Order: sequence, then structure tokens, then C-alpha cells
Amino acid sequence: MRPEQQGVEVAVLVSVGRHPITGRARRADQDARGLELALGLGHQLPGSRVSLLHAGVLDEASEASLRGYLGMGLETLTLLEQTEGADAIPALAEHLAAAPPQLVITGARAERGEGSGLLPYALAERLGWPLVSGLAAVETVENGVATLLQALPRGQRRRLKVRLPAILTVDAAAPAPRQSAFGPARRAELEVTPVAAEPDRELAQWRLAPARKRPKRLKIVKAASARDRFKAAAAKAEGGSGQVLEGVSAEQGAEAIYKLLKEEGVLPR
Amino acid sequence: MLNTILPILIFAALALAAVGAGRRVRLWRQGRPSPVPLLKGLAALPRRYLVDLHHVVARDKVMSNTHVATAGGFVAAAVLMILVHGLGLANPVLGALLLAASACMFVGSLFVARRRRDPPARLSRGPWMRLPKSLMAFSLGVFLITLPTVGILPPDAGSWILALVLAAVVVWGLAEMVVGMTWGGPMKHAFAGALHLAFHRRPERFSSKAGGEGRSTGLKALDLENEATPLGVETPSDFTWNQLLGFDACVQCGRCEAVCPAFAAGQPLNPKKLIQDMVVGLAGGSDAGYAGSPYPGKPVGEHHGNPHGPIVARQGTALVDAETLWSCTTCRACVEECPMMIEHVDAIVDMRRHLTLEHGNTPGKGAEVLDNLIATDNPGGFDPGSRLHWAADLNLPRMADLGQVDVLLWLGDGAFDMRNQRTLRALVKVLRAAEVDFAVLGDEERDSGDVARRLGDEATFQSLARRNIATLSRYRFQRIVTCDPHSFHVLGNEYSELGGHYAVQHHSTFIAELYDAGRLAFSPWKGGSVTYHDPCYLGRYNGEYEAPRRVLEALGIQVAEMERSGFRSRCCGGGGGAPIIDIPGERRIPDMRMNDVKETGAELVAVGCPQCTAMLEGVVDASAEVRDIAELVADALVARPAAAAPRRSADKTTAEEVI
Repeated sequence: MRPEQQGVEVAVLVSVGRHPITGRARRADQDARGLELALGLGHQLPGSRVSLLHAGVLDEASEASLRGYLGMGLETLTLLEQTEGADAIPALAEHLAAAPPQLVITGARAERGEGSGLLPYALAERLGWPLVSGLAAVETVENGVATLLQALPRGQRRRLKVRLPAILTVDAAAPAPRQSAFGPARRAELEVTPVAAEPDRELAQWRLAPARKRPKRLKIVKAASARDRFKAAAAKAEGGSGQVLEGVSAEQGAEAIYKLLKEEGVLPR
Repeated sequence: MLNTILPILIFAALALAAVGAGRRVRLWRQGRPSPVPLLKGLAALPRRYLVDLHHVVARDKVMSNTHVATAGGFVAAAVLMILVHGLGLANPVLGALLLAASACMFVGSLFVARRRRDPPARLSRGPWMRLPKSLMAFSLGVFLITLPTVGILPPDAGSWILALVLAAVVVWGLAEMVVGMTWGGPMKHAFAGALHLAFHRRPERFSSKAGGEGRSTGLKALDLENEATPLGVETPSDFTWNQLLGFDACVQCGRCEAVCPAFAAGQPLNPKKLIQDMVVGLAGGSDAGYAGSPYPGKPVGEHHGNPHGPIVARQGTALVDAETLWSCTTCRACVEECPMMIEHVDAIVDMRRHLTLEHGNTPGKGAEVLDNLIATDNPGGFDPGSRLHWAADLNLPRMADLGQVDVLLWLGDGAFDMRNQRTLRALVKVLRAAEVDFAVLGDEERDSGDVARRLGDEATFQSLARRNIATLSRYRFQRIVTCDPHSFHVLGNEYSELGGHYAVQHHSTFIAELYDAGRLAFSPWKGGSVTYHDPCYLGRYNGEYEAPRRVLEALGIQVAEMERSGFRSRCCGGGGGAPIIDIPGERRIPDMRMNDVKETGAELVAVGCPQCTAMLEGVVDASAEVRDIAELVADALVARPAAAAPRRSADKTTAEEVI
């Protein structure tokens, strides 16, 4: 007997993006891919409901970019309005805990602010939900268990089963987002809920500066023929000197990482 | 007996026609309101018909004379018939005139019949095939019933059988020519066409007595401030009523089909079919009754629509498929050729606007290009700060430093294209040789919005346009010169509706002026034969056919004209976002154009548009080189005679440094 597939409640967390060249506010690419995946899921599992959630400041630039998501075909977006510099995690966690959706989809990292990519993990920790990163597709949702495809490097996929509710993050492996249409974006509504602002004290102490290009280890290929060069280019990066630590204490692990960073010249010797 | 029947027949036909007219008008009124001066329009009708429409019809001399004889004869015969046979004014003079009019119409109908014997593919068949017979029935019938009036035949000539036969012929003629005019039939074009001319949505496109040829090519802006305005056209009733009226005026002559580059390339577009589909939509039904060439690759009879149903379905088929609308290059060849003055391109862009702004479904690379335009102000997604990188060594004067110059050089997005950068460098060399006081906006310049607008993204167009207008308003200049006819058209014709009024010139016009003023001197042309390709946005959109030829002549080049040149120039395939959308066809439009070039035997084709350059240079195994006019001019530059240029030596070194 084939179990009944039911519609799912999906919440997509979206952020205000930043264009890599001009720095203009826009719909963030990964979040838009997350929404695209959710909309595709809505199509695949009839009866699914997709809702949009954003916590942050409401101003002209952020409204324009949030409407970019609405132009993909949604009628409302829930905006948890906060003051500048407030921490989005408690507000989002509270909102999600109050009416838990089955799936929370979001981009792997934001295009502005810290952009640390830690928000989904922090949310998962607070809510006690499992988290799957690098989502490529949601295959089925049956009896509270979702079968997912996780994207791995070089086009590999891993099939996972995860108990709902769960948080899923998407990166560039997810389907490209559809075009945002001006008309629906303009008509859609922002449901603004002011929330208690919990200032992000940690962030307030940081000094923000434009990123510098990171040094990149050169891969020197000594190949005589085109075939060798191709093989070298297509081959998996071979760690070789990699080391798997098992059954060690946190201190020992940290020590090993610290040592490696020193060796690599990331930290001053 | 005929004396009693005829008035009844005539007035019955007129009454039926009046009822039909009311129904037809109701169909048009389903469209959105569009205020037009009704009386002024009707007053302008005779001139628009006799001058502007005839100007187009007269391009085909035989057909033009045929139409004058047939239509002139019919109008005269119909009026006289009402007087003589309807109202019984059996005056021999009127009778003689009526005989002359119907005879004239009969002669005309013989020519119509001759054309219908083996009609070219562009003509629709179906009901149109019976038209010459109906014309003959009317003219012959009226002629015969008038013979007794003037006393050539006795009033009781022939038997009652003959009278009945004659009456039947007259009924046929009246049914087609009078009743059919408003109930739908080939003669509908006369009724709808006359009103369309009177209430045209672009009254400024007609010539005026005061002179001026009348040109109106800029797209009309959407009112984005008012959220109630529909974003483009979803259903036939979203067109304005006079657009619907215009569609209904189509005579299905297929001149548009014959010149459409997309149709010739086997892409799924036929302007005539598109207009007929709009007529199907406004009346409701299926396109099965259409008897002309279909959209290439799309059989007739599978599409249907109604006035309030979607034109393009989100899924499945409705009235028109999206790819039909996206095949158009907006070259305006159809509009230029249309004797009924129908505005095909307006309609296509109106429908595209809905697809882009409401469906969010711009095909091909369209969505990506629009996203780039929004985020980086240029379609390629390049860093806006790199707009002048090509000119790093040229030390171009910036508007921001000068504030006021004679000429603002508008670079266009060709500034990011390595091929067009050669043209721009050549143009700078020419401007410096002529000591023109010019400057560029540099990084302050944005895309003009041409591509966004033609892809239907009116919001992005207006955003770009308003920001460009704000930038331009900070500076003082006499005119804008550009080597991009698309920017030329948008800046010159489409910004005015948003509050930007500029004198814009194509570089060929400006170079011609400089030459005529003695500010440029050229070495004699040593190359081979040359032909010239008229860019659509320079020629048909802006009427500039002379200046580029004047420049080529000044260079000592004798242009070997292509068969399709001037207002009949064939599109390169690069307009309207067509290369971005890239709807597949059987052939490529630029290949066909390079074949036109080949037929002239020219070794070089001169162009004046970055799009044309890119499209024509992309042709594999081309028989001719592609050069922009600016490049030809720059190559031929020599120092002016000493008297005209006191600082000659200084000029020369600058000019050499540039290239």
C-alpha cells in the first residue's frame, strides 16, 4: 500500500540580499532558490502551503527586495519588524515555535550582515529540529518523514530521510529561481508584526570591514599531455595528509585544528 | 416592378447595415477607454485617407489604381443609387453619373478579379475570393437597373423574369457591399478602416497640411503610479477600443507578412495572422475561419479566444502562443507597409508587458537580462564603474567635470562590447578631428531602457529612464549624439513622455553636418563596392535615410543599394530583444540579410548600429565585411586644408593617438 502523500506547511526564511557587483539590495540568490524549491514542492504535493518569513528592518530598499520574492507568486510575507542591529534568531525562533511549519527552507548564508551561515544552525539548536544543508530536492513527504536529496560536491547526491519538522538550507545546487514579476510583487502584502528587539550585543562589538580576497593555494600541475592536465583538473582534490580524529575530547580536537591552522599559515606561528 | 422593389431593397440593406454597425461598435467598445477628438478625427478623415493611406497604397501602382477605380466608383455609385433608386430622383443627369460610376467600379472589379486569379501567397483566400464577383454583381446590377432611368432602355424592357434576376443580382451586391460592411465580410475593412483612420490612437503619425510627414514611433508609457491600470494586455478587452477598431480594419493584404523578418525566417509569427487572431478574440471564436498563411509551424484551427479570456494561456493554448509574440524584432516593417495604418508593434509590446510584468515569464535570457538591468543598469551585468574602461587611454572629457558642452556623446551599452568599442573609438577620433566640443557621461550613463521596454518590462524601463533624465537634467548641452539608434530612438522619442526633451542625433547625421560645414576632410575611397544597411531604429523609427548615404557619398563611395533598403530595409534580427529571447526558426534573420548584401556584390556593408554590427558580423561565411560608418570615416580622415584648420598639426597628432 502506497502511503498517502499530503501537502506540507513550508516556511521560507528570506533575507535582503546584496548584489555582488553593485551592492544594491535585491532578493538574495540562495533564499530565492529556497523559495523556488518550496514553490516546486507546492506544485508536487497539492495542498501544500508556502509562507514567507523575514525578520529585519522595514525601509524602502528592504521592501523592494522583499517584494522581489513576492513577485515569484506569493500573496503575503510575514515581516517581523525589528530595529537596526537586532538579533533575528530569537524573533524567528519564537515565531516558528508558535506555529511550527513542517519544513523551514532558507539559503545557506545571507548576502549582507555577518553572512556567517550560522542562522539555520542556531535556529535548529533552539527549536531542537534536525537540519540538512545543501538541499537539492525534496522527493517525498510521507507520514511526517521527508525524503531529501542532498547535494555533494561534483554533482553527487545523497538521499536522506529526515523526521519533520526540519530546517533545510539550500545553496547554488538548488534550482534557479523563477523570474520575479512586477505586478504580483506590487500587489502582494507585507504583514508587519513588530517584535521585541533583542539587540545583537555580540555583533555590536564587531568591527566590520570589506572582505579581502583570501589567499588560495595554487595547485601546481606538472602534466606532459592534455589528457594528464584534464585528469588533474577533473580529479577530486586529494587530501592525502588529512586526518580523521575519532573519540577525542573537545580540547584535543581544538588543539589539532589549531596546529593545522598554524601549519597552513592562517594563524601566526 | 423594379421601381417598387428597389427602394425597399436599398433601405432594407441600409437599415440592416445600421444594425450591424451598432453591433460592431459594441464589439469595439469592449476595449478600454481612449479619449480621441471625435469630430476633429472625422474632419481629418478625408486627408488621412487621400494622402497618408494613399501614399502607402500607391507603392503598388496597379493595385492603387484598381482600388481608386473600385472604391471611388463604389462610393459614388452607392450615394447616387440611394438618390436615384432609393429616393426616386430619376434625373437623367444623376442617372448618367450613376452609370459612369458603376461602369468605373466594374472596370476596377475586373482588375480585382485578375489579381484573384492566381493570388500571391500573402493574400488571404476564403471569403476574399468571392469579392471580385460581388463587386461585379453590384456594379453590373446597378448599371443595368439604371439604364431605363436615363432612357436607354424602355422602363418595361424585358420580362418579369429578367427583372427578378436583376433584382437578385442587386440583392447579392447590396448584401456584400452594404450589409457585409458592418456584419463582417471582406467589405468590413471599409467601415472599420474609415473609423480607424478617424479615431487612430496615434493621430500625430499622419501628415498635416502645414507640411511635416508625420511620424509617431515611440511606445506609449504605462501609468505605473495608478495601480488600477492593467500592466499590459491580458485579454482582447484590455486593448483600447481604438486598437480593437484598428485590428478590425485589416484587409488581409499580407503586405506585413511579405516584409516580416520573423515570418521569413520561419519563426512562428505572421503579423497578418496576429491581427486576425485579435479580431477572433474581439468577436469570440476560433481561428479556423482564417484563410491566409498560418504562423510558420502552427496549424490553423487549434486556437480560440474571447474578449474577456486570456490571449496567452499560462498553460496550454489560448488565442496566441507566447513564442509568437516573442518572435517579433520590433522592426516596424509591418507598420510601415500596412495600408490600414495598423500598429502591430504597439499591440505586441502591450501583450509582452503582461507576460513579463504579470506572468514573470520572459523567455530565453530575458529574465537574466532584466535582472542585470535592475542590478547593474546594463544588460550584460557588468560593473557600471567599468563603462569607460575601453577609453582609459583616450582621456575623454566628462560631463561631471565640464557641466556644459555642445555635444553630449551618448555611448550606449555598446561601451561594454569589444566590437562596438572600435566604433566608439573611431567616432571619438572623428569628433576630435572636427574639434567638436563634446563630453561623455561616463559612469553616470545607464542603459537607455530600450531592451527592457521591448521585453515588456515597463517598470525597469521607467526606472532607468527617470534616473537618466535626472542625470541629464544636471548638465547643459545643445544636443545628444549617439552611434546607437536604439538609444537615439528612446532618448529622442520615448523619454519625452516621462519629461525628458532632447535634441538627439545619430552619429551619421552629425558627421554629415560636420562634413557639410567643412570641418572634416576625407581621402578618396580606395576600397571595393559598398552597400548600406539601414538600421530599423534609424530609418523606419526616425526617418533618417539620407544622412548615412550623404556621409558615404562624401567618402567617395557609391552605394550599391540592396533591393530592400530605405524604408523597406530588412531587419538584422537584433531588435526588440529578439537575440535575447532567441525563438528558433528555420533560418536566421541575419543570414538572410547578408544574402541581400551578397546579391549586390558588395565587398563591404556599412552599418550604423551596434546591434546590426553584432548580428551581421555573426554570419558565418559572409561575403562582405561589416563596418560602422564611423569607422569608415575615421579611416578616411585627412587633415583639412590649411585655411580651414589653423591648428592642423595639433589635430593630426590627437587623431592618430586615438586609434
